[in-house]
Amino acid sequence: MHSSGQTLNGSEIFFECLRRENVEYIFGYPGGSLLKVYETLHEVKDIHHILVRHEQGATHMAEGYARATGKPGVVLVTSGPGATNTVTGIANAYMDSSPIVVFTGQVPSSLIGNDAFQEADIVGITRPITKHNFLVKDVRELAITIRKAFFLATTGRPGPVLVDMPKDILNSSCVFDFPETVDIRGFKPTFKCHINQVEKAAQKIVRAKRPLLYIGGGVISAEASEELRTLAIQQNIPVTMTLQGLGAFPGNHPLSMGMLGMHGTYWANQAVNKCDLLIAVGARFDDRVTGKVDTFAPQAYKIHNDIDPTNVDKNIKVDLPIVGDAKNFLTTLLEVMPENKENREPWLAEINAWREQCPLTYGSEDNALRTEFVIDEVSRQTRGNAVVVTDVGQHQMWTSQFYTFINPRSIITSGGLGTMGFGLPAAIGAAFGIKDRPVVLFCGDGGFMMNVQELVTAVHNKMPVKIFLINNSFLGMVRQWQELFHKEKYSFTDLGDSNPDFVKVAEAFGCKALMADSPNAAKEAIEEALAWNDGPILVDFRVVKKDMVFPMVPAGGSISDMLLARLNPKTMV
Amino acid sequence: MKHIISVLVENKFGSLNRVAAMFSARGFNLESISIGETEDTEISRMTIVTRGEDQIINQVLKQLNRLVDTIKVTDLTRQPHVERELLLMTLKLSKTVQHEIFELITVFKGKVVDIKQKSITIEVIGSPDKINTTIDIFRPYGIKELARSGAVAIHRGE
Repeated sequence: MHSSGQTLNGSEIFFECLRRENVEYIFGYPGGSLLKVYETLHEVKDIHHILVRHEQGATHMAEGYARATGKPGVVLVTSGPGATNTVTGIANAYMDSSPIVVFTGQVPSSLIGNDAFQEADIVGITRPITKHNFLVKDVRELAITIRKAFFLATTGRPGPVLVDMPKDILNSSCVFDFPETVDIRGFKPTFKCHINQVEKAAQKIVRAKRPLLYIGGGVISAEASEELRTLAIQQNIPVTMTLQGLGAFPGNHPLSMGMLGMHGTYWANQAVNKCDLLIAVGARFDDRVTGKVDTFAPQAYKIHNDIDPTNVDKNIKVDLPIVGDAKNFLTTLLEVMPENKENREPWLAEINAWREQCPLTYGSEDNALRTEFVIDEVSRQTRGNAVVVTDVGQHQMWTSQFYTFINPRSIITSGGLGTMGFGLPAAIGAAFGIKDRPVVLFCGDGGFMMNVQELVTAVHNKMPVKIFLINNSFLGMVRQWQELFHKEKYSFTDLGDSNPDFVKVAEAFGCKALMADSPNAAKEAIEEALAWNDGPILVDFRVVKKDMVFPMVPAGGSISDMLLARLNPKTMV
Repeated sequence: MKHIISVLVENKFGSLNRVAAMFSARGFNLESISIGETEDTEISRMTIVTRGEDQIINQVLKQLNRLVDTIKVTDLTRQPHVERELLLMTLKLSKTVQHEIFELITVFKGKVVDIKQKSITIEVIGSPDKINTTIDIFRPYGIKELARSGAVAIHRGE
């Protein structure tokens, strides 16, 4: 470790700064502009560089790590194609508010703008998908820029930050000075909620007959699950969560209503429809949650707490906006909350009636293997204690329905951007961060192929990721929409003829692999996979081809009008 | 309704691009945008003219504030402020109309900045409304080229 006041070159400064930011892992891939950095890296022993096989994989790994641990994920890639390959991962982290810091090499300053070899204007390209980004123009600016990047990524609403480092900056030297504090005059997020607003919220809560907590990922990133739990139980308020909010409140608690929205539970959506008070915390009224905005929670007085003021009144006009940190909001709320005088039992009984009317079920009569069974079984066998990573599609929605999330930071999924190919690298990244809980990946056969190369990274580093491949030989969610809304024209969604043998693929990578095509075989395979800790293991679950996720709110519909087809084929409530 | 927004931003490369890109990415209307250094050389002032309902304008203001390079965002629309725009315009010149043109330049408190055998270039300063009117009035005489600076605005002093 070097100290401040020494003369160091840009590459040495880079690692000194990462050390001071307590970085454990860098997910990276070398290249021409980063040769100096990799030269220095050769001697660095306390920061582990994880070699990925595609830069997109590095960004998803960094995000998986960040989401599992709450610490920022770090990516290091070269200029040009190395940088452009990170774009999807950065956009994904931006949409889901994940703290990652992406370092890109850049051609030498003197060549910028000359269409040099492996040059891309990555700062220009990533401007709309980063919280902020920087081009370092002087080696003396490098340390403060890195400090600012970590500060911005992790402060307020988390998000991705990119730092572009030209080759000559990394080669030139200056006196190293690491700034302990950082002050950015244009960036002053509001942490502390306005007390009058919180008091007003408390008054509304104690008087509400049918209150409902609508919880998003903001509660998890603010580490406010304990406060949420206290509030819900103390005030006897049912809790529904967004996809990113799952685990903020224990899914096995009677007040938990699971997810709301397009593939949410029937009872959660009915409760939104009938509640007289909606308390949104760290959620952003996304269109997959609200459905048709005009009919969303029509009877409710709406309170909205969010750290990002742009989320307030963006999609839905709220009655009581409270900008600030979710933990601060919930803590203050508990402090000022008068004693509850309302009897909430009739409201909870009403919700339970909806729950009994349309529970989440799946077919089991024909001994065929269904995704829901696999997820249900994994949930049982892991007792809700796994870190669950998903890819995007039907299996993702079924995970939200059939895995019982008990703890925060237990679901890592691409919600906002919906990035197929996110799952495998994100699971590997999560496994680097979490060693004491199993890391389980549910991934479709479509999405698995989108970043299959990262299986090498998992095998090489012996990461004990349980890869549960949900193989229905279809792009299932697209197929579902084709069946329901596009005249059953299964245009280019049938992968049956072209899919590889996934067991052989995994084995070729050096990954242990199993296959299961019946509920009994699946049960055994899950047991075996959970017991296997010598690197990754893949189970190819050959599930039924044409299953559909229900209940479902058709796009643009009201969330009170759910398609319940399979649950009750003749009903459209 | 029309809004005039004054934004103080870090005087760094890319600041203008961040603001302009945010407007296009979020589908906000952008009528004009102008930027220049302030009394503090590290800070630039941007004047933005946009249109929208109150809910949209609220989003515009919040999204502007959210950019890390923006230091202060002020909606001047309902506050006492001075708003000016510069118009440079080259007109066709002929013996038959030159007297009328010179009279109109006086009426609009314009200045002649260049004059040739067959053309005259003038400057007019005023509110964007006045600039619109000026252009309408001069149009029948034959406008060869024109350039508008976009509005700049500032709070009225105490």
